[in-house]
Amino acid sequence: MKLRISHETTYRYDRPIRNLIQSLRLTPSIYEGQKVLQWQIDLPGGVRGPGFRDGAGDWIEGWTLRGPTDEVTVRIEGRIDTRDTAGVLRGHREMIHPLAYMRETQVTRADPGLRELAASVTQQGDVLNLAHALSRAVSEAITFRPGVTESRTTAAEALALGEGVCQDHTHALIAVARTRDIPARYVSGYLHSTIDGEPHDAAHAWAELHVEGLGWVGFDAANSCCPDERYVRLGSGLNASDAAPIRGIATGGGAEDLDVRVQVEEMAQ
Amino acid sequence: MSHYNEMFEGDAVRDPYARLSQWVATMPDDFRQMKQAEAEELFRRIGITFAVYGEGGDPDRLIPFDMMPRVFEQAEWRKLERGIKQRARALNAFLRDVYGRGEIIRAGRIPARLVYQNEAYEKAVVGVVPPRGVYSHIIGVDLVRTGKDEFYVLEDNCRTPSGVSYMLENREIMMRMFPQLFRHNRIEPVDQYPALLRRTLESVAPPKCTDRPTCVILTPGHFNSAYYEHSFLANLMGVELVEGQDLFVDGEFVYMRTTTGPRRVDVIYRRIDDPFLDPLCFRPDSMLGIPGLMDVYRSGGVSICSAPGAGVADDKAIYTFVPEMVRFYLGEEPILNNVQTWTLWKDDDYRYVMENLPDLVVKEVHGSGGYGMLVGPKSTKEEIEHFRRKIEANPSNYIAQPTLSLSTCPTFVEEGIAPRHVDLRPYCLCGDRIELVPGGLTRVALREGSLVVNSSQGGGVKDTWVLSE
Repeated sequence: MKLRISHETTYRYDRPIRNLIQSLRLTPSIYEGQKVLQWQIDLPGGVRGPGFRDGAGDWIEGWTLRGPTDEVTVRIEGRIDTRDTAGVLRGHREMIHPLAYMRETQVTRADPGLRELAASVTQQGDVLNLAHALSRAVSEAITFRPGVTESRTTAAEALALGEGVCQDHTHALIAVARTRDIPARYVSGYLHSTIDGEPHDAAHAWAELHVEGLGWVGFDAANSCCPDERYVRLGSGLNASDAAPIRGIATGGGAEDLDVRVQVEEMAQ
Repeated sequence: MSHYNEMFEGDAVRDPYARLSQWVATMPDDFRQMKQAEAEELFRRIGITFAVYGEGGDPDRLIPFDMMPRVFEQAEWRKLERGIKQRARALNAFLRDVYGRGEIIRAGRIPARLVYQNEAYEKAVVGVVPPRGVYSHIIGVDLVRTGKDEFYVLEDNCRTPSGVSYMLENREIMMRMFPQLFRHNRIEPVDQYPALLRRTLESVAPPKCTDRPTCVILTPGHFNSAYYEHSFLANLMGVELVEGQDLFVDGEFVYMRTTTGPRRVDVIYRRIDDPFLDPLCFRPDSMLGIPGLMDVYRSGGVSICSAPGAGVADDKAIYTFVPEMVRFYLGEEPILNNVQTWTLWKDDDYRYVMENLPDLVVKEVHGSGGYGMLVGPKSTKEEIEHFRRKIEANPSNYIAQPTLSLSTCPTFVEEGIAPRHVDLRPYCLCGDRIELVPGGLTRVALREGSLVVNSSQGGGVKDTWVLSE
């Protein structure tokens, strides 16, 4: 599937900022499921800093911007060719040992509720079957509903609410997977459309679970499926903040208003 | 339990202490008291103090200084030096390995879980090889002695070992107060340490640095217990002492704000912990670090000493594998011994430890500074039972060791002079070369019978001499 992506993040400050520094994880991963045709990151007025591929295989790029300014935009324009690898992250070069993803974080900590959910899955068979079953269990336990959770909501809180968005599903799946001794991580990226063809907020997140023999396999509990050619993978981390496409700090500036627009369209052949 | 006395063998004085014994024997009591007061006054005037966590009281309290030096012969020291350098090479090889291919784990010599699930393992620096492949540039190796030729390593400190300022000050003050001692004894100097440290830091400048490297010391600030040491070392090395807010990232480099404008920084000797280094990479709420630092570091624009992630080598659980590292990476037999260590997550070890608690020393895996430990033979029944419950709640958080019969050194006490237990922390510098100044910091447990030398637990310090040939 050939996808055209346009992603614009605009920060508006109620007082001009003096300086801005950002660390961007906004370049598609290199693996069998996707091939970048063209990709451009721009931060008008900013200076491109260091760029490098980290041990997780993600391309990281730093940007700095000197103020004063009261508006900053990070703009992505790109075209990418994707194909379905049944969720398997084949051909992805990375150096980090899967066990490094067994680490608990505050938002992915398994409380009694999550441990109970993990234990309720009695799937027979191999780790892959168990991973599918855990993902299904999370899909059933947390109903997709925007607006009830926020960025700092933990997996335990989302499960207690029974509602949430893709970030919450992903945190919950990571928590239950680790409880069952499966290394799991957070993946951020884009999604063309949901499985029934309905339009979707195109910035997306899902989990990857490590299955011996197969490697990392994606599970999108929010949509009850595995990533296919409609998904564009950017990078990974222990949780949403660790895998965030944009991490940044502005000095000065006061309150900040954020506007994100993402479009993922299929290109005409 | 009989302890090795470093000065006396029965009634006979051992060789290294021959001259000192005359000095002590002929020293009148009132002169000693006068000198002790003078030493304290000097320390206070210089401003060397060491705040101690968790004790309350005066944060600027002095660590007691004992005027009786501790002495090593050249040959004794040479062997220690070889052993420490060997250990330093192995520890850095281990760090290169576990942030690279992990050969020692693939070979089955160290369990993967202990490394990759370790809190100090930083996945953010996997694949990053610092200049010269050195991760830990200053290694403090804590040694104890149990016999004439028996030394054991208690632990390695690969992150930011403190205390070297005491090593330098103890010598400075002894030389000021007793210049004649230094005329009559041929003692190896230690005052070259700051120059060696600076040379070490400069030798690991990043690939993108083309001029003479600019080095700085990064401190969390004056509220940190070792702030005095940070400013002391910066001063002696002739480099700037900075806090996070004094540095900033612009483009591909790190800069320091100065009165004459921004100046590029090449090497940062940091005295702040990994999680606080960079809010864009580690803890987002950290105010102590420099946003964007890790991106510059990972792309070769700046060196950080010790390298982020170096702490995985000095964890108490990893410690048990250091002799294995020496064999695996260097193909040598370890010169220095480890203390036998039981790891409580192993069933057999757990059973043994729980049955023998009154005889053992039990420590937290991530503890330091003498906190959270049980010294079995020195504890009451209640203390032991209380600790037993803590172990039961979380066995994998503990290791246990036999109670070692630590050597003693004569120490000035109220009643005159008496043996007290000591340890030794030499500071090993790793850059283009591996170097140590002769000696290190001797810590002494001032309470009679006490085996805990930590300053937070009533420990003091001594000048440490290595005699020339």
